[in-house]
Amino acid sequence: MSGSLAASDLSVRYETPHGAVHALRHVDIEAHPGEVIGIVGESGCGKSTLVTALANLLPANARVDGSIRYNGVDLAKLDAHRQRLLRGDEIALVSQDPMTAFNPVLTIGDQLVDFQHHRKDLGRAQKRARIAAMLGRVGIADAERRMQSYPHELSGGMRQRVAIAAALLTDPGLLIADEPTTALDVTMEAQIIHLLRELRREYNGIIIVVSHHLGVIAELCDRVYVMYAGEVVEGGEVDAIFHDARHPYTQALLACDPARFHERLDRLPTIPGSLPNLTQPPSGCVYAPRCDRAFAPCAAIAPPLVKLAAAHVARCHAVTP
Amino acid sequence: MLAYAVKRIGLGLLILVLVMIAMYAAVFLVPGDPATVALGPRATPELKRLLIERMGLDQPVWWQIIEFFRNALTGNLGYDVWSNRPVSTLVLEALPNTLILGLTALTVALLIGVPLGCLSVMRRGTAADAVIGVLSVGVIAVPSFVVAIYSLLLFAVTLRWLPAIGAGEAGDFVSQAKALVMPAAAIALGWIGYIARMVRASMMEVMGEPHIRTARSFGLPEWKIVSKYALRIAIIPTISLVAVGLGSILSSAVFVEAVFARPGIGKLITDAVNTRNYPVVMGTVLIMTAIYVSITIAADLLIARLDPRVRDVFRG
Repeated sequence: MSGSLAASDLSVRYETPHGAVHALRHVDIEAHPGEVIGIVGESGCGKSTLVTALANLLPANARVDGSIRYNGVDLAKLDAHRQRLLRGDEIALVSQDPMTAFNPVLTIGDQLVDFQHHRKDLGRAQKRARIAAMLGRVGIADAERRMQSYPHELSGGMRQRVAIAAALLTDPGLLIADEPTTALDVTMEAQIIHLLRELRREYNGIIIVVSHHLGVIAELCDRVYVMYAGEVVEGGEVDAIFHDARHPYTQALLACDPARFHERLDRLPTIPGSLPNLTQPPSGCVYAPRCDRAFAPCAAIAPPLVKLAAAHVARCHAVTP
Repeated sequence: MLAYAVKRIGLGLLILVLVMIAMYAAVFLVPGDPATVALGPRATPELKRLLIERMGLDQPVWWQIIEFFRNALTGNLGYDVWSNRPVSTLVLEALPNTLILGLTALTVALLIGVPLGCLSVMRRGTAADAVIGVLSVGVIAVPSFVVAIYSLLLFAVTLRWLPAIGAGEAGDFVSQAKALVMPAAAIALGWIGYIARMVRASMMEVMGEPHIRTARSFGLPEWKIVSKYALRIAIIPTISLVAVGLGSILSSAVFVEAVFARPGIGKLITDAVNTRNYPVVMGTVLIMTAIYVSITIAADLLIARLDPRVRDVFRG
């Protein structure tokens, strides 16, 4: 079963002893079955908070406003028990760091059997057979033996494959991959991207890929949301974002992508300035202090979401349709 | 793993030898010769000479130590100065009582302490967590002989539910079990608190690790995450603590056995020290050290079994 996902006016703040951190503010995103959605932004932009909220895994000090409708149900309003029943059944998360994502003292097979616990209709032997088949599908040779292994006996790339296999075992309608390649070296990264590209052909649910790596997003996704300081500043088809970016932040981000430079540089370009303090987010545009196109209203008035094309939106005073 | 076990056992034997050398040194360094101390100031020189000869005290200390170990290897730990019974027989008579006491106390402490620690983690920040916390610290602070004396007053003197002294009638299980309740509880109480705190602390740390988030992201029920995914890692520091703590459990057995006049190793040592019965002290200390060292080795091997990462370090 798969349905559409829509987060609207979603805000998340973390209550800390030093005041509330407004990690996510008024975020609107949507995704439909069969789509691969990319979420891109620098560290601390709220992309992990966003997917953690979608997967109902926020820590206890997080407060959520707004709605996350999946398949017509508002996830934010479900009680803890119903939320838990969705996790690992309808919604699966491939964690950020394959090095630490698995329990170090239990075998891979043992953990993957447990991860299918929503499938009450299957016996242990059937679950193990599914695991072996799925490990084969994600390109792990000798699956039977690997199931007896402990996580530390596997390489990083293999562990990430296992993590993807674990998520797929639950037949989720919504698969979230949080920085699936960040902890891997370049060769492994290419292999995992290749695997995810293959999988998306056979998979009909929604895939959300989070990355700060523009290349990963470009290769995998249909649509992209660009985040900055807890807000979605621009969203649209991959082509539109990469070739016709309109928001000054997206343009600056693309200009800084090291993959664009073919000759050796003494210094890689950077965006001057730093992220705003999210305990007191600015009342105007979050990007205004670093923006080279900022003008009178930017510092005072929060920019509206400007619709540029059917699926292309940007939150900026300086853009016009 | 085997090489690791052999290395640990070798180290254990070395510890045994060092402890016994230290014990002999202590006896040798104590002012006055052991025979005078044992017999008292009014002993005749004749009697003293006899005792010195029988205890081998006329030999040099290093010779005494070598003799001790040579005899110990053949199972002979020397003879009681007063009753002339073999020390090995005395120890073997007393040992089961102490082992039963220590193991019962430890089992009870683990069976109550570990679930309390888990409960604390599952209900963290709530009243239940706070109550468990306060009670744990409370019972850690109370020495076991205080618990022993007060429980003696309440359950044996006032309520008359349990026997005040002894280890129960030989062969009568119910009477032995009844006699075990108070001494075991006196030792276990503080350990329940210790273990609950320890399990809570290491569990809290483990619960923050990413693999717990993975288990959550697959919707595993909280009790399963705590009891399988977190406890298997969090229990490891507790095993080390308990293994080291067994030494202190055995030494609290000394007090508790004295309070309850319960025959056992503790009482054997206390009596032997009071009567300057050196061969008995030496033999008992050797056995206790051996037990302590074996438990530490067993705990290390158990940890290696529980944690495949440790296992691999020693395999290589």
